[in-house]
Amino acid sequence: MMIMILKGGLWKDMLNMETNNKWIELELVKLYAIWLREFKVFLREKSRLIASTFTPLLWLFVIGEGFGATTDLFGTARFAADTNIGYQQFIFPGIICMSVIFTSVFFGSYIIWDRKFDFLKSVMVAPVSRTTIFLGKAFGGMTTSLIQAAILLIVGFVIGIHYTPLSMVFIVIIILLLSFTLTSLGLTLGSHMESLEGFQLIVSFVVFPLFFLSGALFPLDNLPTWLSILTTLDPVTYAVGALREVMLGITGINSFAMNIGVLLLSAVSLGTVGVLSFRRMRAV
Amino acid sequence: MITIKNLYKKYDNVTVLNDINIKVFDNEVFGLLGPNGAGKTTLIHILATLIKPTAGTATVNGYDIIKNPSEVRSSIGIVFQAPSSDDMLSGYENLKLHSLLYAVPKELREKRISEVLELVGLTNRKDDQVKKYSGGMRRRLEIARGLLHKPTVIFLDEPTLGLDPSSREVMWKYINRLVKDEKITLILTTHYMEEADFLCDRIGIIDKGMIIALDSPTQLKEGLGGEVIEMELAKKKYVDKENIDRLLKQCNFVRKVDLDTKKGSLLIYVDDASHNLPAILKILNNTNSTEVESVELRSPTLNDVFLKFAQRHITRKQGHDDEDDDNDSEGGFMERYAQYGNK
Repeated sequence: MMIMILKGGLWKDMLNMETNNKWIELELVKLYAIWLREFKVFLREKSRLIASTFTPLLWLFVIGEGFGATTDLFGTARFAADTNIGYQQFIFPGIICMSVIFTSVFFGSYIIWDRKFDFLKSVMVAPVSRTTIFLGKAFGGMTTSLIQAAILLIVGFVIGIHYTPLSMVFIVIIILLLSFTLTSLGLTLGSHMESLEGFQLIVSFVVFPLFFLSGALFPLDNLPTWLSILTTLDPVTYAVGALREVMLGITGINSFAMNIGVLLLSAVSLGTVGVLSFRRMRAV
Repeated sequence: MITIKNLYKKYDNVTVLNDINIKVFDNEVFGLLGPNGAGKTTLIHILATLIKPTAGTATVNGYDIIKNPSEVRSSIGIVFQAPSSDDMLSGYENLKLHSLLYAVPKELREKRISEVLELVGLTNRKDDQVKKYSGGMRRRLEIARGLLHKPTVIFLDEPTLGLDPSSREVMWKYINRLVKDEKITLILTTHYMEEADFLCDRIGIIDKGMIIALDSPTQLKEGLGGEVIEMELAKKKYVDKENIDRLLKQCNFVRKVDLDTKKGSLLIYVDDASHNLPAILKILNNTNSTEVESVELRSPTLNDVFLKFAQRHITRKQGHDDEDDDNDSEGGFMERYAQYGNK
């Protein structure tokens, strides 16, 4: 799968295994180079790290505690069984996803800045395939999202979330799938935009809808039809559902397999769209 | 070697490059000289495979820019008009990144990085973040990056744009040393006459997407004929234009006389100006109709060349315009060149 993406349809080269292996090895080094650059920049831009950790914490504690004190979402049969789960715990998986949404989509659309400062041009004039550039960036987005989420996961201990080794593995997989999907989305949008003005549009029309429609803040059981349809279309819904199941043991309206399946599908399809957008992207 | 053949680039209805044909030889420094918007950068971008031409093609180091873009990229280095390094990374890290992207063999990476850092004089600042560099240092880092993978062809797009005069001179020295030490072919764009004159073996003057002159700087200047004696005449004195014209043109070493009575300026194009100047001054004194206030002796500059070709180009263009009923106004053309006249 990976090799197929990397090769990008250069089927004739696949016949020649030796040069092919060498080619893949070189592309992997280039991919590592692009990833490393993203990672280093992330580590140095401390304000970005602090800002994107603070907002989810604000939601978790202010909205979580505030609504939790007055709202009884759990009168429904589904939640009655486990009284240990308060509203704050209930929205915790959603807050993790929120952090992933913000980090990944913004990370992807930062490509507009790369273009603005001509850095992108210097990468595109190097002998590197567009697919490699895309994947290097996507992996960079996954890394930053995972680090951000890890900070929040630690906070989870404070509000009484229990982790097992198995649940940790699933949590990481879900976060990586979601962040690949959303970084791809951000990169796709960024690759089509010429100016920084579009950035605000992304915040209003992509980031917030993805978050609010994911059921991060409310159960999906008794929604009106229009809202229910919109939540079904939001890939984040499935990440929230899957995380809620592995963290809290709450089964939502979708099964775990269904959640993971849809996430995989979104990752593959948005990844493909992203690669295609990168190939078509104008260099200057 | 670079061969450009019948290259066109059009955006919608605007022709940015119009039938460009150039051959650049190995180890040559070739300059593309022209005003802003003449198409210099577009041409460089096409040669570097960042943009596709509308028609025609070019080969760089024997690779076709349309059929083998990847090979072209591996064999060229390019320094863009605006610095393109990541300013969050250090100079060294930027070079490391590009050594990986250009697949510089592992065992050569560190060696090449220190070589190019040394060449551009950034060794002692290599671990500083690029955002702490000055404009000149950033340019030098870009050049170092362009050289990292030992390309045989380097493109420099306006290498000294925005640099102060002393940094510019330093940059010229670097470029000269580079050509000598690294045995490369260099294509540079500029709109500074003196830069093209100083650095280039040959110059292509480009305007409105067309090459309007192509030769060595010396040839281009000699094409104007002789040296120039520029005089300032006392303004209030009566100046007998016809008499002066007639007397000067009697001398066989005078090629052209250009007298502006309003401004009181007199331009005389002559052979061997330093020996013939006394004779000219004598003639002018004898006429009794004028008084010379100052004398300046100079060789024709590329500036003069530029103006000459640009003017000829206008006349030719205007002829075309009548035939083609082209609405593209030539108004403001001279204003655009005014900046060259002032320097």
